[in-house]
Amino acid sequence: MDGELWYYLNMKIQVLGSGCAACKKLFEITQKAVSELKLNTEVEYITDIQKIVAMGLMRSPVLAINDKPVLIGSVPDIEKIKKIIQENT
Amino acid sequence: MFYPIQLLADWLTYNVFSITPKTLLAEAVNFFIYDTVKILILLSVIIFFVSIIRSYLPPEKIRDILARKNKYVGNVIASLLGIITPFCSCSAIPLFLGFIQAGVPLGTTFSFLVASPMINEVALVLLLGMFGWKIALMYVISGLIISILSGIIIGKMKVESLVEPFVYQNTINGNIELPTMNRKERIIYAKNYTLDILKKVWLYILIGIGIGAWIHGYVPADFLAQYAGSDKWYAVPLAVLIGIPLYSNAAGVIPLVSALTEKGVAMGTTLAFMMSVTALSLPEFMILKRVMKMRLILIFAGIVGLGIIFTGYLFNLVLK
Repeated sequence: MDGELWYYLNMKIQVLGSGCAACKKLFEITQKAVSELKLNTEVEYITDIQKIVAMGLMRSPVLAINDKPVLIGSVPDIEKIKKIIQENT
Repeated sequence: MFYPIQLLADWLTYNVFSITPKTLLAEAVNFFIYDTVKILILLSVIIFFVSIIRSYLPPEKIRDILARKNKYVGNVIASLLGIITPFCSCSAIPLFLGFIQAGVPLGTTFSFLVASPMINEVALVLLLGMFGWKIALMYVISGLIISILSGIIIGKMKVESLVEPFVYQNTINGNIELPTMNRKERIIYAKNYTLDILKKVWLYILIGIGIGAWIHGYVPADFLAQYAGSDKWYAVPLAVLIGIPLYSNAAGVIPLVSALTEKGVAMGTTLAFMMSVTALSLPEFMILKRVMKMRLILIFAGIVGLGIIFTGYLFNLVLK
């Protein structure tokens, strides 16, 4: 398996939220961003608030890439999310 | 300061809509235009600047500050920082868990939980726009005193056993590295946040000011004094009770209340009502049930409620 493919298969993109409307919206936009970027990975949706708190955060929703929070407490447009994903992979 | 807005309101009322001056209709329309424009401008400016400050002080930073403070200083700082933090019921639980698990005392956490919704920026702007800066300042100061004292009292009561046990089973380290923002990103954040708030409240504000304008023009002054004047002892607790279920409509309730005050409701009663609308909210209590026992929620609501009632009576006495 070549290095790049291995990397993308192991990339972890998560949306963590308390289950509120904004959280679901962020999850949907992130899924769309991932498919438009043709990344071969799934977006995980986590509603366990303790997970957010354990990351040291207190706002929801959170977008985390490889366990690192990259977006906290806001829902930007899809272009911004694509940019964030590209910057953090 | 708002003179140009008055000119605009006059021009629209008398020239564009050609309403005969000095009629009830002219007064109501003029009042509606003036108040709406003034409030929307104030809201945009103030929320924008509060958002800029907030971009430097997210809850995670506040938590790290509070975790290092002793009890009383912590209550004061928690209440002050609560002012700039908007309260959203979707972040009540992560806030509570994050504070407690990072070692912030329960009393300090409650000071924050009271101040954050009570000293609400939309409510503050509306008070400023409709009653002037003195009343707005009185609102902030009494809100701070209530949140500081409530937190200290709850801290003294040693009610940690009324928090759900799972809350204390995890501890976290603060001081995490947050994504950084440059100046341009802060401005974009503040602009988006301001637009979000305006989108959420503009309709309520228009309806509230609209009904207020109608009351202003058509209901005789002192009409309500016989029911809710400062000599009526039951007015304050009644106002607090009515305020509890009204949380989501703070934006529309306040312009309405301003008109009612004009017709004889005492100012302390009005302030108590406002505080109840913002600080005591049923949906918030339901959400807090996930992390604490009902008894603690009742203690919390009881202390804050009594504080508000006391403030209402006090202002009715002082402002007579």
